[in-house]
Amino acid sequence: MRQVSGVGLLLGLMALPAALGQRSSGSPINSNQTQSFAIVSFKWEHVKEPYIITLWILVASLAKIVFHLSSKVTRVVPESALLIVLGLLLGGIVWAADHIASFTLTPNVFFFYLLPPIVLDAGYFMPNRLFFGNLGSILLYAVIGTIWNAATTGLSLYGVYQTGIMGHLNSGLLDFLLFGSLIAAVDPVAVLAVFEEVHVNEVLFIIVFGESLLNDAVTVVLYNVFESFVTISQENVTGIECVKGIVSFFVVSLGGTLVGVFFAFLLSLVSRFTKHVRIIEPGFVFIISYLSYLTAEMLSLSAILAITFCGICCQKYVKANISEQSSTTVRYTMKMLASGAETIIFMFLGISAVDPDIWTWNTAFILLTLVFISVYRVIGVVLQTWILNHYRMVQLEIIDQVVMSYGGLRGAVAFALVALLDDEKVRDKNLFVSTTIIVVFFTVIFQGLTIKPLVQWLKVKKTEHREPKLNEKLHGRAFDHILSAIEDISGQIGHNYLRDKWSNFDRKFLSKVLMRRSAQKSRDQILNVFHELNLKDAISYVAEGERRGSLAFIRSPSTDNMVNVDFSTPLPSTVESSVSYLLREKAGPVCLDMQALEQRRKSIRDTEDTVTHHTLQQYLYKPRQEHKHLYSRHEIMHSEDDKQDKEIFHRTMRKRLESFKSTKLGINRSKKLNKIHKRDRGQKRRNSSVIPNGKIPSENPLQDFTLKEKDLEFSESEENNDYETLHLGKGVDFLANVTKQNFTDTPNGDMDHDVEMTEYSSSDDQLNQNQSVSMTPLHFFPSCLQMPWTQNYSSLENRGNISLSSVSEYIASCDPNVPDLFWEADTDTNNKETANSGYGSEVSYKSENSQEENSLLIFEGLEDSYMKEPQEKKMLLDVQGNYRSAAARRVQSRRSFHRPKPLQHPKLQKLASLPASCHVPPHSLEQEETQL
Amino acid sequence: MGSAHSVPAEMRELADRTGFTSEQIEHLHRRFKQLSRDQLTIRKENFDSIPDLEFNPIRGKIVHAFFDKRNLRPESDGLADEINFEDFLTIMSYFRPIEMNMDEEQLDRFRKEKLKFLFHMYDSDHDGKITLQEYRNVVEELLSGNPHLEKESARSIADGAMMEAASICVGQMGPDQVYEGITFEDFLKMWQGIDIETKMHVRFLNMETIAHCY
Repeated sequence: MRQVSGVGLLLGLMALPAALGQRSSGSPINSNQTQSFAIVSFKWEHVKEPYIITLWILVASLAKIVFHLSSKVTRVVPESALLIVLGLLLGGIVWAADHIASFTLTPNVFFFYLLPPIVLDAGYFMPNRLFFGNLGSILLYAVIGTIWNAATTGLSLYGVYQTGIMGHLNSGLLDFLLFGSLIAAVDPVAVLAVFEEVHVNEVLFIIVFGESLLNDAVTVVLYNVFESFVTISQENVTGIECVKGIVSFFVVSLGGTLVGVFFAFLLSLVSRFTKHVRIIEPGFVFIISYLSYLTAEMLSLSAILAITFCGICCQKYVKANISEQSSTTVRYTMKMLASGAETIIFMFLGISAVDPDIWTWNTAFILLTLVFISVYRVIGVVLQTWILNHYRMVQLEIIDQVVMSYGGLRGAVAFALVALLDDEKVRDKNLFVSTTIIVVFFTVIFQGLTIKPLVQWLKVKKTEHREPKLNEKLHGRAFDHILSAIEDISGQIGHNYLRDKWSNFDRKFLSKVLMRRSAQKSRDQILNVFHELNLKDAISYVAEGERRGSLAFIRSPSTDNMVNVDFSTPLPSTVESSVSYLLREKAGPVCLDMQALEQRRKSIRDTEDTVTHHTLQQYLYKPRQEHKHLYSRHEIMHSEDDKQDKEIFHRTMRKRLESFKSTKLGINRSKKLNKIHKRDRGQKRRNSSVIPNGKIPSENPLQDFTLKEKDLEFSESEENNDYETLHLGKGVDFLANVTKQNFTDTPNGDMDHDVEMTEYSSSDDQLNQNQSVSMTPLHFFPSCLQMPWTQNYSSLENRGNISLSSVSEYIASCDPNVPDLFWEADTDTNNKETANSGYGSEVSYKSENSQEENSLLIFEGLEDSYMKEPQEKKMLLDVQGNYRSAAARRVQSRRSFHRPKPLQHPKLQKLASLPASCHVPPHSLEQEETQL
Repeated sequence: MGSAHSVPAEMRELADRTGFTSEQIEHLHRRFKQLSRDQLTIRKENFDSIPDLEFNPIRGKIVHAFFDKRNLRPESDGLADEINFEDFLTIMSYFRPIEMNMDEEQLDRFRKEKLKFLFHMYDSDHDGKITLQEYRNVVEELLSGNPHLEKESARSIADGAMMEAASICVGQMGPDQVYEGITFEDFLKMWQGIDIETKMHVRFLNMETIAHCY
């Protein structure tokens, strides 16, 4: 209903300008006397063409919206069929209005503007591995299958024509073959449109779809050959012409492919140097691939092959080279263009059909064509599959063959080709056109409608969308290598052998030329998956925070331990460069939380939420900077929202680390933090020369890794100084509050915390009990040392072959002043904040009272014992060494899972002594400091 | 052909056991002799003569797998010094493609065998568990082909993968549990739903092998 009214409106709009146009053309003559300047003039003719085109596109797009209003309809009826019907309706209305078929799908528009985006999209997003893995089958179906279809359909029709059923036609054998060749080709647009909604398994899809793409060369050649044959008429066709035709097939297909590869090379090369013109970066992808299409067309090679291979070959390098945003832009633009073009094509197919001039009905011819193309398709598929199955590793079963036969959809390519025919030479053009339209409609509407139930009925294996899994990728990689090795060993040249050689070649030469240096590094697919997973996790993490309006869930350490992999297994070399451990840390928290996220959702802690919410409102979501009223065409200014988002992201990541650290280090740590925070308020910083970076190094890796892309943005230098000094304090306060929260959160042994304890599950309660037993002695340990100790202790338990003395040695090797250094960092930032220092510590202090008393006591003792640490440590160790209750073991092993671990503190030390080059880039360090 | 006539019974027996056709066995035998330099057994060093293998990042593991007794016979363990042609064929038969006429049970067994092979490759200390350290080694080797990738990132990837494995296999663990390593059952679980048909098969052609050996 709505559609129709929309159409009516549109027609009204179009009729109006026509009337107005006349008037306006007449008016200048009338107003000749006055010659005055017209304030408003109506120039319909001036904008008519683009205006109408735009309106049509709008109608098609609106129609899409309307279709999808009802999911029931689109689930049953493919969109392409709906669009054709809509086109028929619209065409009918237009025709009823002014009795001319003014808008038809002209071959020119189709081949130059509508087809390229669809094919480019197909090529650019082609699953390369799958495509090349099945290339043999695809080629067979595309080449032999198409020739088979063309020949049999043409010949059979001619044969039937000879019997006289069709009555009299002005066509000879060549005309029939010409018609056969253009009707034979499976159409990529139609196949894509239908199969995308069916979701058959990927092998099946790639075979049908690949065939539809690659058969273009065959179609073009056959079409051209027979068209020229028709022109020079039957008698003059000689053997030489036929040989020429065969040769031209190879020229057209290989030439088109080469053109595509050449332009892909060019495109990859160009994309390597677009670093400073990010804004137009996506444009290159479209422009250069379109050029490949036009070039191939110009050289009368297969344009579809050219642009397909351009997309296929460039995708890897382009995706690696261009920035994340650009690649998103490319993706969306390409999809938009392709889907838009597809929409228009189908709608105009419908509209074009409404034209009585082109209709010539010949029941026998049309019906027989339908029968022949279906039957020969089935026969062709069965025959070829039979041959192929002798060579294929994954056999194509009967069900697959049915789907393949049934998926042989004809579409707009055939229509455009038939519309291109010259009715001087092909006197039955109109019959061919009407038949093609019927065939297209039949395949798209009828087969499109029924293929889904058929696939369901036959229980065709479908693709299930899986999350990318790291393990899967790793094993996949292992398999690749194993298979190629087996082929090497058994001395065969097979698929894997070739792939292996190619990837070696690619890595050694191609990538070096075509990829940015930075891209070469991160290009590895496994790394990509890893990165993707981390990023996704981070995003969902922030989203979760925003959804709940609180980041409280970040700090529920009890749920962090979902997956306990014992990462404390002694590393091969404990003396290894500390940077490696830094880097290693990258992975941990992020992945952990991914798994813990589900659990977190369930754990609702309202009180915390309110507190955090409050904190957030106070500090985080405040607009913190003046809007910059800048416009630049070459730069995308990040909006305030973006910045805030990023900041939230940034802080979240940081806080997660914070919470991790605190769970890692146990209660004492947070106590200590508050303690020192209070104490050192006015104190000068000591030892700052030893670790200029403070605690930052321990934080960086995470950001460095997960935010690889974002890094740049985070280090925006626009942050002004006023803002820094003003808000630093708040940041620190925020952090302080958070750690305070951590403190209350951490399941600790203090019995004062009955309130918190009740929140934990019974098993946790149990745990708390255990912990209280095991932890008590540890209270007198500096927390930082406690950590390594538990680490080693647990590793000792696991392996059972490390002597206690080695443990104590290890601890002794920890510099006693490490804790100092560690906390120095906090005071470091503290001192920096000039405006708000008092405020911050007060806040954290006040709400702390009850615990503070405990910790004060502990701390007094700790400070005292600090001096004589080595002995005491050893002594305590001995005590602990004998203290091997099951409970203690459990607790320790529990702690042991927290990852970054054993070398946390030695690491810090080493960092200070490392050459500057080993550090994370200075700007990010600074960033760390200024942000919080 | 000559050798086929001389030991037809043995050949048939081999064919039955490994599922290769006698033609394939013949080709593989020729290759075996090529590698072993006409000896009856093959040693590790013989694999060094395959030039293409050199660039394989996990060549060590693969060659090792040929001498791993777990792969050769059921219920045995340890490392063989040299293998004969039968063993060679046994290893090769792990990579046979699935046949059309296999029923569900056979397929399952087939799949398990293949995965077992892979598992043994990862489990270098033969304790029935892929520990983190072993996994790290494998990943490091796997990624060693990329010169830009630091060892540490490989390691963190292995850690991530291990974590993933733990979450798949054990689900939600208690806070005091420690995941020690991937057992074969876990390994099977990880592979659930992943189609290995295309992944662990080599097409053993019936045509003449191309000699790559010096």
